[in-house]
Amino acid sequence: MIELTIDGIKVKAEEGTTVLEAARETGIIIPTLCYHPGLSAYGACRICLVEVVKGNRSSLEASCTLPVEMGQVILTSSERVKKVRKLIIELLLASCPNSKTLQDMAASMGVNKVRFKIKDRGCILCGLCVRFCAEQMGSGVIGFVGRGTSRRVSTAFEVKPAECRNCGGCEWICPVNERACMAGNLIDGLCGACQNLKPVETCPVCTECSQSVGPSGHKVY
Amino acid sequence: MERLRSPVELEQLRLKILSQRKPEKPCISICGGTGCHAYGCEDVAKAFKNEIKRQGLSKQVELKVTGCHGFCERGPLMVLHPQKIFYQRVSSDDVSEIIAETVVKGNIIDRLLYVDPVSGEKAQFEKDVPFYKIQQRLVFGNNGLIDPTNIEDYLATGGYSALSQALFNMQPEEIIEEIKKSDLRGRGGGGFPTGRKWESCRNAPSSDGIRYVICNADEGDPGAYMDRSLLEGNPHSVLEGMVIGAYAVGAHDGYVYVRLEYPLALKNLGIALSQAREYGFLGQNILGSGFDFDVKISRGGGAFICGESTALMASLEGRVGEPRPKHIHTTLQGLYGKPTNLNNVETWANVPLIINRGAYSYSQIGTDGSKGTKIFSLVGKINNTGLVEVPMGITLKEIIYDIGGGIPHGKKFKAIQTGGPSGGCLPESLIDLPVDFDRLTEVGSMMGSGGMIVMDEGTCMVDIARYFVKFLTEESCGKCVPCREGLDRMLDILTDITEGKGKEGDIELLEELGNLLKEASLCALGTTASNPVLSTIKYFRSEYEAHIREKRCPAGVCKALITFTIDEEKCTGCGVCLKECPQQAISGEKKKPHTIDQSKCIRCGLCRDSCKFDAIIVV
Repeated sequence: MIELTIDGIKVKAEEGTTVLEAARETGIIIPTLCYHPGLSAYGACRICLVEVVKGNRSSLEASCTLPVEMGQVILTSSERVKKVRKLIIELLLASCPNSKTLQDMAASMGVNKVRFKIKDRGCILCGLCVRFCAEQMGSGVIGFVGRGTSRRVSTAFEVKPAECRNCGGCEWICPVNERACMAGNLIDGLCGACQNLKPVETCPVCTECSQSVGPSGHKVY
Repeated sequence: MERLRSPVELEQLRLKILSQRKPEKPCISICGGTGCHAYGCEDVAKAFKNEIKRQGLSKQVELKVTGCHGFCERGPLMVLHPQKIFYQRVSSDDVSEIIAETVVKGNIIDRLLYVDPVSGEKAQFEKDVPFYKIQQRLVFGNNGLIDPTNIEDYLATGGYSALSQALFNMQPEEIIEEIKKSDLRGRGGGGFPTGRKWESCRNAPSSDGIRYVICNADEGDPGAYMDRSLLEGNPHSVLEGMVIGAYAVGAHDGYVYVRLEYPLALKNLGIALSQAREYGFLGQNILGSGFDFDVKISRGGGAFICGESTALMASLEGRVGEPRPKHIHTTLQGLYGKPTNLNNVETWANVPLIINRGAYSYSQIGTDGSKGTKIFSLVGKINNTGLVEVPMGITLKEIIYDIGGGIPHGKKFKAIQTGGPSGGCLPESLIDLPVDFDRLTEVGSMMGSGGMIVMDEGTCMVDIARYFVKFLTEESCGKCVPCREGLDRMLDILTDITEGKGKEGDIELLEELGNLLKEASLCALGTTASNPVLSTIKYFRSEYEAHIREKRCPAGVCKALITFTIDEEKCTGCGVCLKECPQQAISGEKKKPHTIDQSKCIRCGLCRDSCKFDAIIVV
């Protein structure tokens, strides 16, 4: 067993597991978007970044791909981590503003303005669908095409392949293909339906924000 | 040719080659590098060949088309050995005169000599040219002596002696120790200690004993071409380094990952590979040592990101070239999940040098943390464009003024960008900075693979930052959010600023995004991508502020923020600008000051470039 410290708590984890898994096992919540326990880790969304402290220095690493190491010291919600996560979610919201998952996450992190132009691309390129199709359904008919901002998920040559069984798995696992945010008008890129204009306690597991949030913020589960 | 089976046979062959060569025989060495190719060196070489034949001198004169000599600005270049008479801007029309006068009679042709624009002095020999004078061309110097398609040329300069030394007189551990002692650091950008990398790869567990070595020749920085020139001009030096490295880490398979855009490098490397196999420097039982190793060439598809080690390996395996997290180093799990040692072209070419000279002698060159020499491609607003090899620790000033000959047209130096598109722009106040890995990182730039772009006072730093961010936005693989979205947003903000739509808070937002990229990106492309923005904000903040607050571009570059007017006092009414203007925006009578119609002007700058009287004012 590997012993490490996460947020001051001594944690034991099996060799080969990741910091994210070890933290979740302990009940420490780290938000994720491109991670799914049934799929290989990808490390693309960077929302799960944690601070790895080494003596006087520290660095930010994606916890979903970071293997546990003996004596590791991890901070999952230091100011540095929170600041970076907030900016990442702000960037994601600007390119996918109608996602309730993202709006909720932004609310829980206390994002109160999106400072970038809204360019609704409807996809955050987390690659969950790509990995789900390949790893769980054994089809592997979708993949990434292009690079940079022209990157998108597509089938080969834009043709529906015979291997696709219409299982709907890609749709099911997509974190942004869901019931749109309830508020009709976005103000500064935010829906505002869950009174999220002031910083609130972290509640990444909340899915029914309109019911669970009161003027004082989210309930903490 | 029968394969060599022992070091003794190698030395016998070398002696045989040398005995057949007469050092006093005139040899015309023509630079066949990329720059000289563009200047038409192929025609010059053909003309020489015909002329030598015509004058019946085939036996008396040798002709050699070599790799890049370095001084690309003055191409096509030729050097006449053994005197090393240096001619520049040679054309096919000069050929018969060169043969008749210089080669046969030994007379110098004055007009083909290089004239130093600063002192006005003429240089007869290569060593007298200021561009070459303070260079230390340990890795690159042999380029001018070697026909890259002829392995015997490489053997004549002592080639493969380091390999024979390593295979027969050194244990793999000793080689690694030697490289560690030399303090060689990776020349591809990261600057990781090479010896430690090799050691880690050698000690990494591999269930079936398979390990790989890779040569990264996916050089993609705009304006950088040193790896290309090494592969084109001296491919055996890279191969020799690779075989030594493979022996040291215990690998039997190697790959050279070359950009598809480098056809000559691919060709010369292919020839070098088959010759090395033929002579017994590659393949089974190399030089009779019992060590087997061979190299395959893999051609990249042109993605900049594939220069990143994990993306390169993914591409080599046939997958999409995108990086993966490196919590587990590639020396432990790299290509096909096996321990893999990847080094850059120039790093590999340094290896034979270290083995031949010894680590101690090698480590005497350079600074505390950075040893040896480094090849830079010196480009941009500089008089002497070309490839320069200098010892680490040389100052930027020496590179720009002593080697580079300063800024053209008497303009003022403004900034130098080091390290390719993700390097930083350093201002004049840092011109005395010694160039090594750590100093450059300290001031917000980097060594990178060795690109150096010089900028003069006519360069707008916001526009430059926008240019590099645009390049990186297009070349980002798009996998991780900070790099993909962050760069895109930075580009939006920078474009707004250059178009006069910048607003208060933009600089701070750029800094915030820049730091996000540094901290949160997945690979080194992302973590360094904000350097051009952060460094220009750091050193040229007032220029950003002028764009945002005063809607003014101090360098006169950003089209939305400048107007072209004609100075009535200076304008002679010659009418040149009037003819040049594609918009018919200029009007005026002959010999009377002209005027520009602002509603028609598209600010292309053709009038300014064509005016001989400096009468076009840009505000």
